[in-house]
Amino acid sequence: MFANINWADIGQATLDTLVMLAGSLGFSVLLGLPLGVVLFLTGRGRLLANRPAHAALSFAVNVLRSVPFVILLIVMIPLTMLLVGTSLGVAGAIPPLVVGAAPFYARLVETALREVDPGVVEAGQAMGATPRQIVFGVLLPEALPGIVAGATVTAIALVSYTAMAGVVGAGGLGDLAIRFGYQRFQTDVMVVTVVLLLVLVQGLQWAGDRLVIKLSRR
Amino acid sequence: MISFQSVGKTFARAAAPALRDVSLHIAQGEVFGVIGQSGAGKSTLIRLINGLERPSSGLVVTDGEDVGALDPASLRALRRRVGMIFQHFNLLSSMTVAANVAFPLKVAGVPAREIDARVAELLARVGLTDHARKYPAQLSGGQKQRVGIARALASGPKILLCDEATSALDPQTTEQILDLLGELNRELGLTIVLITHEMEVIRRVCHRVAVLDAGEVVESGDVAEVFLHPRHPVTRRLVADAAGLAGGAPAGALRLTFRGEATYEPILGRIARDTGVDYSILGGRIDRIREEPYGQLLVALVGGDVALARQRLEAAGVRVEEA
Repeated sequence: MFANINWADIGQATLDTLVMLAGSLGFSVLLGLPLGVVLFLTGRGRLLANRPAHAALSFAVNVLRSVPFVILLIVMIPLTMLLVGTSLGVAGAIPPLVVGAAPFYARLVETALREVDPGVVEAGQAMGATPRQIVFGVLLPEALPGIVAGATVTAIALVSYTAMAGVVGAGGLGDLAIRFGYQRFQTDVMVVTVVLLLVLVQGLQWAGDRLVIKLSRR
Repeated sequence: MISFQSVGKTFARAAAPALRDVSLHIAQGEVFGVIGQSGAGKSTLIRLINGLERPSSGLVVTDGEDVGALDPASLRALRRRVGMIFQHFNLLSSMTVAANVAFPLKVAGVPAREIDARVAELLARVGLTDHARKYPAQLSGGQKQRVGIARALASGPKILLCDEATSALDPQTTEQILDLLGELNRELGLTIVLITHEMEVIRRVCHRVAVLDAGEVVESGDVAEVFLHPRHPVTRRLVADAAGLAGGAPAGALRLTFRGEATYEPILGRIARDTGVDYSILGGRIDRIREEPYGQLLVALVGGDVALARQRLEAAGVRVEEA
C-alpha cells in the first residue's frame, strides 16, 4: 500500500512545512498587525483619520493581495535574495510568504478593530487618553479575540501557500504532493501528505478557536 | 463652572444645525438637567462640554477653559477633570471591573502602588466591592453603570457628565442610580450635567433644567417651576407624560399646585366647606421634586362661591391656573 513512501522524506517535508509556517506566520503578524492598526486608525471618522494616507495604504494592500502567490514567488526573487541571501529552500520561501500573507492579515486586523464598540473608544477619549493609550489600552485588548481568529485564518492560508513554495524549491508537504503524488502518479504519497496537511489545518483551527474562546469575555 | 455663549454646531452633510444659539450657565455644585426628545441635540450639547465635539460658533467654557480653543494636550488635561458616563456604559469588556476602574488612573499616570487602594475605595463608594474581579458581561445593567460611575470618578473630577445614563435601565435601577448621583453631588460637591428624555429623571435629581427642541433651548429654569408650570408646548408634553395630568380637561377645570408643607394640609376641603363649593378631582399627583413635596390636582369646582374659593386658595399659597 505505501510502497512509494520514504518516511524520512515525509518527516523532512513536515518539518519544512512547519518551519515555513512558523517563520512566515511570525513575520506576517509582526508586519500585518501594525499595518492593520494604521489602516484602521487612518480610516474615515477614526482616531487619526487621514484620507490620503489611508487611500495609499489601502491601495498598496490591494495590489499585493491581487497578485497570485505563484507570481509573487517569482517576482520577489531579487528582493528575497537581498533579504535572506538566497531565493531557494525554506529561507527563500519565507519572504514571499510574508509579503503574500501580511496584507491579508492586516485586513483581518482592520476588520476586527472595526468591530470594537465606538462607545468604548469614546469613553477612552473622554478620560483624556492619548491615541497611543487608546490603541494599546482599549482597541487592541477589546479586539484581541478577533485578532487571534484572524491569525488562525492567516496560518491556514499560509499552509496552502507553502504548497506552492515548491516552485522555488522550498520543499514541504505540498511540494511532495505535487512532485511525487501528482507528477509521478504516486497516489500513496499524495494521500499521506494531504492527510498530514489536513491534520495540521485541523490542529491550527482547533487551537485558534480554543484561544479565542478563552480570550472572549463577552 | 460651565457656560455656553451663543453656541451653534453644524455637522458636515447635515441639513439642519444640531444646535442653534445655545446660551447656558451651569453653576458649581448644581445638578443640571437637559431634556429633549431624541434628535433635539442633547448628545451634541453634552459632548461640547468635554470637547468630544467642537462648537461651530460661539464659546463653550468648562472649568475656566475655552474648550474649542484647547490644543490636544490641554484638552486631555481638561478631560481628566471631567468624568463621563454613558447610556450603554461603554466598559472595556476584556477587563475586570477593577481594571476598568483603574484604567483612567493608568491613563493619568498614577503610580501603580496607589492604584489598588484608590480602586478599592471607588468600588466601595459605588457598592461593588464584591464584584472587583468579575467581567462586565457578568454584571446587571445597574451594576455596569455603577462601574461606569466609579471609573468616571477615578481621576477625581469636579464635573460629571451623564449621557442618558439611566435610559437603558429599568425604573427601579434608575432610581438607585439617580440616588447615587444625588449623593455624589451632596457629598463631593460634584457638578453634574445630565441629559435625558425622561422628565422623571429631571424631577428626581436636578436643581435646574433646560428644555431642548430642534437644537434650541426653548425653556429653562428651576426644576419645580418648569415641571409644575411648563410654558412651551414641548415642555408641556414632556411634563404631561410624567405628571399623570394628560388627557383633555373639561372646560372650567382648574389646576391647583401645592408646594412644600401646604401639600399635606387639608386646604381644599376646608375652603370648599367654608365657601359652599363642591369639587371633583379629575386627576392629580402628590410627590416630591428632589426633596420638596408638591401636589398638583386637576379639579372642577361647582356651586357655591367659586370666585371666593379661588381667592381663598390663592391666599393659602395654592397656585390656581385654568387647566
